[in-house]
Amino acid sequence: MTGFFEFARTYLPVLFEGTIVTLEMWSGCMLVGTILGLFLGLSRVYGNKPVFVLSSGYIELIRGTPLLAQILFVYFGLPEIGILLTPVVAASIALGLNTAAYQAEYFRGAIQSIEAGQVEAARSLGMTQIQAISSIVLPQALRRVIPQWSNEPILLLKYSSIAFVIGVPELMARAQMIGYSTFRFFDAFLLAALIYLILTTILAQSLHTLEKRVSILPKSK
Amino acid sequence: MSLLKVDDVYKAYGDLLVLKGVSFQMEKGDIKVIIGPSGTGKSTLLRCLNGLTSPDKGKIWIDGIEVTDPKTNINKIRPDIGFVFQNFNLFAHLTALDNVSIGLVKVKGMKKSEARVLAMEELHRVGLEEKAGSYPAEMSGGQQQRVSIARALAMNPKLILFDEPTSALDPELIGEVLKVMIDLAKGGMTMLVVSHEIGFCRAVADEILFLDEGKIIEKGHPSELLTNPSYQRTKEFLNKIIKLYGEERDKA
Repeated sequence: MTGFFEFARTYLPVLFEGTIVTLEMWSGCMLVGTILGLFLGLSRVYGNKPVFVLSSGYIELIRGTPLLAQILFVYFGLPEIGILLTPVVAASIALGLNTAAYQAEYFRGAIQSIEAGQVEAARSLGMTQIQAISSIVLPQALRRVIPQWSNEPILLLKYSSIAFVIGVPELMARAQMIGYSTFRFFDAFLLAALIYLILTTILAQSLHTLEKRVSILPKSK
Repeated sequence: MSLLKVDDVYKAYGDLLVLKGVSFQMEKGDIKVIIGPSGTGKSTLLRCLNGLTSPDKGKIWIDGIEVTDPKTNINKIRPDIGFVFQNFNLFAHLTALDNVSIGLVKVKGMKKSEARVLAMEELHRVGLEEKAGSYPAEMSGGQQQRVSIARALAMNPKLILFDEPTSALDPELIGEVLKVMIDLAKGGMTMLVVSHEIGFCRAVADEILFLDEGKIIEKGHPSELLTNPSYQRTKEFLNKIIKLYGEERDKA
C-alpha cells in the first residue's frame, strides 16, 4: 500500500473521467430500459395474444442469452446490416434492451398485484381501460415495484463495466489502462471498486428515500 | 319507458349456466332487492347490467339505451349506473375525497377544484366529511363502503346497483351503511340491491325478487313475500336467512 494515497491523487482524475462515461451509459440504458420495460410489462398483462407472445418471446430471448453476447452483437453485429453505433451508444442500447426484459417482469408482477376490483370500480365509473390503467393501476403498481425494481439500476451500474470489451472508456477500462501503464493493478482496481461502491451506496439510499417519499401512507412505517 | 328493462338474460361460465332467462323491469324511484342462495347468479346479473359481464343471450336497456348492443359505447352509459361492490374496491392510493372526485375529473372532464367541492357534498351526504383526507387503509369497512356509495353518487347516476354491500362488514358496522342506503331510498334514488338484510327490505323495498338457480322464481312486496311466500323453495330459504341473520336486526 505504499504510496497509495499519492497514487490515488495522481490517477483519480482519470478514473473520474471514466466515471462520467459510466454514468452517461447508465442514464442512457436506464432510460431505454425503464420505458421499454414498462411497455413490455403492460403488454404481458393487457396485450392481446400476438402482443403477449411477442413481448414474452423478447423477454425469454434476452434472459436466455449472455449480456456480453448482446453487447458484442449490437456493436459488432449490427454494422453488418448498416447500423453503425459509437461504443457508448451501442453499450447503452445493449444494456437498456437487457435490463428492459428484467424490469418488464418486475412491472408485470406489480401490475398484477393491484386488485382487479379497483379496475372494475374505475370502469364502472365510466373510465376507459387506458384511464383505469393510467389513473388507478400504474400509480399504485409503480409505488409497489420500487423495492424489487431497485435491483436493476444498481446491477446496471456495475454491469456497465463490461462495456470495456467494446472499447468504451468507462471506469473499468480506465482502471485497466492505469494498471497497464503503472503495473499497479491492485491499487487501480481497488480505486475503481471504491468508486463503484460509493456510487451504488448513494443510489441504494436514494431509491430507499424515493420509496418512502412516495408511499401512500408515510406514517405507517 | 322503464328505467331498466331486463329481457330473458342468459349467462354461462364455461359449462356452468348461471342465468337462465331472467326478466324484470324497474321504474324510476323503484327499490328492488334480489335475494337467493349463493351461486345463483345474483352478482352476475348485476354485472351484466353495467356491462362488466356480457350476457350470452337476452337484452338489457337502461333508460331506453340498449346496454347489450355491441354498438353502444358502454363507457357513456356507465356513469348513469352506480355500482357499489361487496369489497368496496376503493382506490387505495387516493384519499376519500379523491376517490369520490376522480370520476368527475376523468370521466366528466370537470376541473379538479370543482370536482372536489361536489365530492365534499357527497361525503357530507354519507356523513364522512371529516374523513375526506383519509386513505382507504385508514378507514373502517363501514366507512369505506360509505365512501364507495358517495363515489357512485357523485356521478349523479340514474340508478345504483348494490352487490351485497354489507356482506364483507363486521356486524357492528352494517347499521351505518344500511342507514345511508335507507336515506338514499327515501330520497327517491332508484336502487337494485343484492342483499339478505331483511330489515332493509322491510323498511324500503318495493319488491323482492327471489333468484334461485338462475331464474326469478318468485317476486312480491316484502310484506307478502317475507311472511307468506308461495313457493316451498322461497320459504326454506327465508327460514335459513332469518335464522342466520336474526330477526332482531329487522328493527334497525
